[in-house]
Amino acid sequence: MDENKKAPEFENTIVQIETSELLAKAIELKKQGRRLSQACAAYCEEKLELSYSFADDENFGLLTLRLVLDKETKVTSISEIFPYAAFYENEMKELFGVNIELIEPDYKNKLYRIREEAPFLK
Amino acid sequence: MKKRSIVPYGPQHPVLPEPIHLDLVIEDEKIVEAIPSIGFVHRGLESLVQKRDFNQMVYVAERVCGICSFGHGFGYCEAVEKIMGVEVPGRAKYLRTIWFELSRLHSHLLWLGLLADGFGFENLFYQCWRIREKVLDVLELTTGGRVIFSVNKIGGVLKDVDEDMLAAVKDMLDKIELELKPIVKTFREEKTVRSRLDGVGVLTKQQAHDLGCAGPFARASGIKSDMRKMGYAAYGELDFDIITSDVGDSYARCDVRIGELFQSISIIRQAIEKLPTGDIAVPVKGNPDGEAFIRIEQPRGEAVYYVKGTGTPFINRMRVRTPTFANLAGLCETLKGADYADVGLLILTIDPCISCTER
Repeated sequence: MDENKKAPEFENTIVQIETSELLAKAIELKKQGRRLSQACAAYCEEKLELSYSFADDENFGLLTLRLVLDKETKVTSISEIFPYAAFYENEMKELFGVNIELIEPDYKNKLYRIREEAPFLK
Repeated sequence: MKKRSIVPYGPQHPVLPEPIHLDLVIEDEKIVEAIPSIGFVHRGLESLVQKRDFNQMVYVAERVCGICSFGHGFGYCEAVEKIMGVEVPGRAKYLRTIWFELSRLHSHLLWLGLLADGFGFENLFYQCWRIREKVLDVLELTTGGRVIFSVNKIGGVLKDVDEDMLAAVKDMLDKIELELKPIVKTFREEKTVRSRLDGVGVLTKQQAHDLGCAGPFARASGIKSDMRKMGYAAYGELDFDIITSDVGDSYARCDVRIGELFQSISIIRQAIEKLPTGDIAVPVKGNPDGEAFIRIEQPRGEAVYYVKGTGTPFINRMRVRTPTFANLAGLCETLKGADYADVGLLILTIDPCISCTER
């Protein structure tokens, strides 16, 4: 094996957007044929960071939309555009307490059967 | 309008020992809608990342699941290595590839056995698991572990293999390749098997794409996607094709995984042939400071690892998006229109791993 040979680089970028831009960007990426690969939250320096990653399966690309917001900020669900986003968004809501509205279906804190509210928000 | 009933299915049910609950809306014996509930064994392993040194976290990541164990440790290491700019030595890349494919072999054999058990063919179940034992034997020989190997570390691998071990692996591959033939013939040609799988739970290519499905489940519907083609570890230097089917039914999911068994055997042989000499790890200094998304192909499909470090030994966030989590929406779609009697089998065809899903 050639020690200097590295795996080819594919698109793997993180783009920060405003909360209000999320729906429009999601529609745009859906039209491009992208697949929602994952969505998750992180809590860092008193801010919530939401990451929605969209895969371009033809070219192994991954574009992540990053939202940085306060705990109280409301986010509109993208489950109308990507129906399976509901699982990810319910997870973010239950583990991190992200204020996501209009998730379809909204499990109302019952996706994970845990006693503590927003346990990852520490 | 026919009368509709809601039948609760699980979390304890005969299909698999892991808990998943489905509310099945049925009309007579036909499923109209399936509403899943998970979270019965949520362990919060991801949050442990804030209480363990980033090197110790490899062992926690491996324990996300007992079947995909190697892949979880590998995915976590790849993410941390990407953040820290660590280039793993060539020998370690090849060893990781060999162990990963051995894991895929035993995972697919486990699944084939469970599928056979699911449609009541117990002898076939035993035969699949008998062969799987041989794969576990060489994993024990080369790593010391049968289920959780603990060979990954940030910067490479912890254990090396010698020529005798490689010979044992090759010998095992030759044997199981022969032993698989009558089993594969049974899956492919036995009327009683085909009658339970053909045309059951069809998912079209468009549906698989629209529902974000992953892995053999998606490939059986014609989605040509396999993260190994990104070339991580040694995959970029090995020759293999993406195995797909255009049929999208339960048999297609079985056939794709059978094809991947022989594909894994071929990949391991190539990797042994090309295994370079040299170091198995590089020293790693400092702490991870930054973030990375890594995608790998677990036996059940695309898995996504997100790691965010802030320059301390304790990582701020680790996230594992497992393939079963991605396939839940597809599962619910395949259940629509299915007979109630096929529900157990259809759950099996996504090769569900609830431990992974719950983390």
